[in-house]
Amino acid sequence: MDNRIINQDEINIQDDTIEYAGILAELALSSEEREQAKKDMGRMLSYIDKLKELDTTGVEPMSHVLPIQNVFREDVVENGDGRESSLGNAPFRKEDLFVVPKTVV
Amino acid sequence: MELLSLSAVELGTAIRDGRTTAPEALQAVFEQIARKEELYHCYVTIDREGALKRAEEVQGKIERGELKHPLAGVPMAVKDNLCTKGMRTTCSSRMLSNFVPSYSAEAVTNLEEAGAVLVGKTNMDEFAMGSTTETSAYGVTRNPRNPEHVPGGSSGGSAAAVAAGECFFALGSDTGGSVRQPAAHCGVVGLKPTYGTVSRYGLVAYGSSLDQIGPICRTVEDCGVVLETIAAPSGACIRDSTHIRRKDTDFCRGLKTDIRGIKIGIPKAYIPEEDDGSGLTRDVREAVLGAARLFRESGALVEEFDLELTDYAVPAYYTIASAEAGSNLERFDGIKYGYRATEAEELHRMYRQTRSQGFGPEVKRRILLGSFVLSAGHYDAYYLKALQVRALIKKAFDRAFRRYDCILGPTAPSTAPRLGESLEEPVKMYLGDIYTISANLAGLPALSIPCGTGAGGLPIGMQLTGDCFQEKKLLQIGCCYEQISPFKAGD
Repeated sequence: MDNRIINQDEINIQDDTIEYAGILAELALSSEEREQAKKDMGRMLSYIDKLKELDTTGVEPMSHVLPIQNVFREDVVENGDGRESSLGNAPFRKEDLFVVPKTVV
Repeated sequence: MELLSLSAVELGTAIRDGRTTAPEALQAVFEQIARKEELYHCYVTIDREGALKRAEEVQGKIERGELKHPLAGVPMAVKDNLCTKGMRTTCSSRMLSNFVPSYSAEAVTNLEEAGAVLVGKTNMDEFAMGSTTETSAYGVTRNPRNPEHVPGGSSGGSAAAVAAGECFFALGSDTGGSVRQPAAHCGVVGLKPTYGTVSRYGLVAYGSSLDQIGPICRTVEDCGVVLETIAAPSGACIRDSTHIRRKDTDFCRGLKTDIRGIKIGIPKAYIPEEDDGSGLTRDVREAVLGAARLFRESGALVEEFDLELTDYAVPAYYTIASAEAGSNLERFDGIKYGYRATEAEELHRMYRQTRSQGFGPEVKRRILLGSFVLSAGHYDAYYLKALQVRALIKKAFDRAFRRYDCILGPTAPSTAPRLGESLEEPVKMYLGDIYTISANLAGLPALSIPCGTGAGGLPIGMQLTGDCFQEKKLLQIGCCYEQISPFKAGD
């Protein structure tokens, strides 16, 4: 692989890091997926570490390129009654309710 | 009249003039689909009956003089991450295999009101994550110019459908180049508008601060007309708080093709003489420099310059895009719509199993990275750092646009890769986005136009990037290029 892609040792991702990311992402990874994820994330982070070369002291982080402000409108219903079309997409429904697994164990 | 050789605007004119009809045009598209779709697989869903009904309806309105829009009666395709009321919208993911939206995206509604006829929904990389359309859960799309190759991505189905004559124009979405790069690979024209120009209402979000909907067409003029239609503010209320509601959406009116005195800058880092790791191939470099010569001969001032920070765009982009993806895709939990894993009896286990079974490997890769860079302890070092670098990159472009009307470069470093060659090495695939992602980070409009042919008959695209709100200038330069260049979109 050429040196522009990775110019340092790959970051070694530990099991507990992937475990933690998996919890945050709500993903259950198989052991094979976990090994692949460690490798992939290590490569990506080594590459992203290039950003550390830049001095960004005092630079305002830019989450949006254009100024974002709240937009207000009158509080009136415009969409009409979407009950059937919304419930129509439910994986499981009972009458007009979404059915979910047990939430309190 | 060979209908399929017409541009969208030419077809619209022919329909209004009574030389053909909307149902005839649609019939020509369906015949082409019957010939080509089995091999190319541009579409996830085709709505034959709905389209026929709609075409008849539109034809009636045109004949009664109720519809006069340039796109009235013109068959279109829409990327499968744009919601279409009553029509399955999958994002090419198992997660949404049975999702039928109860509303349409504003861009789609605008086009339908204009009389365009929706043929179907096009294949894409799953949730728009990928550069080849190979991460789709519904199979790969092939490049109509050479079916052994990918069409690019993530809007690969849209670009392929336009190139194959399976529609007259299409909508894509562009988070890091997903409209422009497949347009380049398929030899058609793709435009990413200034951030906020097109409402994102009804676009399934990937990276919300980067996403824009854009047209993929056969000609630059078509792109201008489609953009005018989808950028026009419609409806009584604003449904996307980042939608700018521009007053200057008459992108095509008085479009000149005179580019004398226009200043075009080529970043030196975009055309290195030796491969520096970006993977720029000789044929792409030659084609872009050839276009630069034509611009010069037409009276434009073209020069090379040092654009700062080009090496930092890809790492900043993948940090931000993954973070936003991780956050946006949290909503897919198997409760109200989409896929649900049925074996779990407890809520959180159900969430995890649903997501693990519903998402493919590339989506998981990005949301894991996104969750990591947003996590306590890593947020400042990765996510905030990337946002700071983004601010610096924007400033670098601001400085460049003080000197130049537009920036010229390749759209992609090489022509379309062979099927199956890209997914093994993600970082390398991500580097293929090196020329396109800056426009998303900085919110800039950018246009990809065919400018040559490489090995295997595969098209080469060049990219023109403008300052915010300068779409008209890009379209003007693009139209000029179409007139002076020997390369045409479409066969």
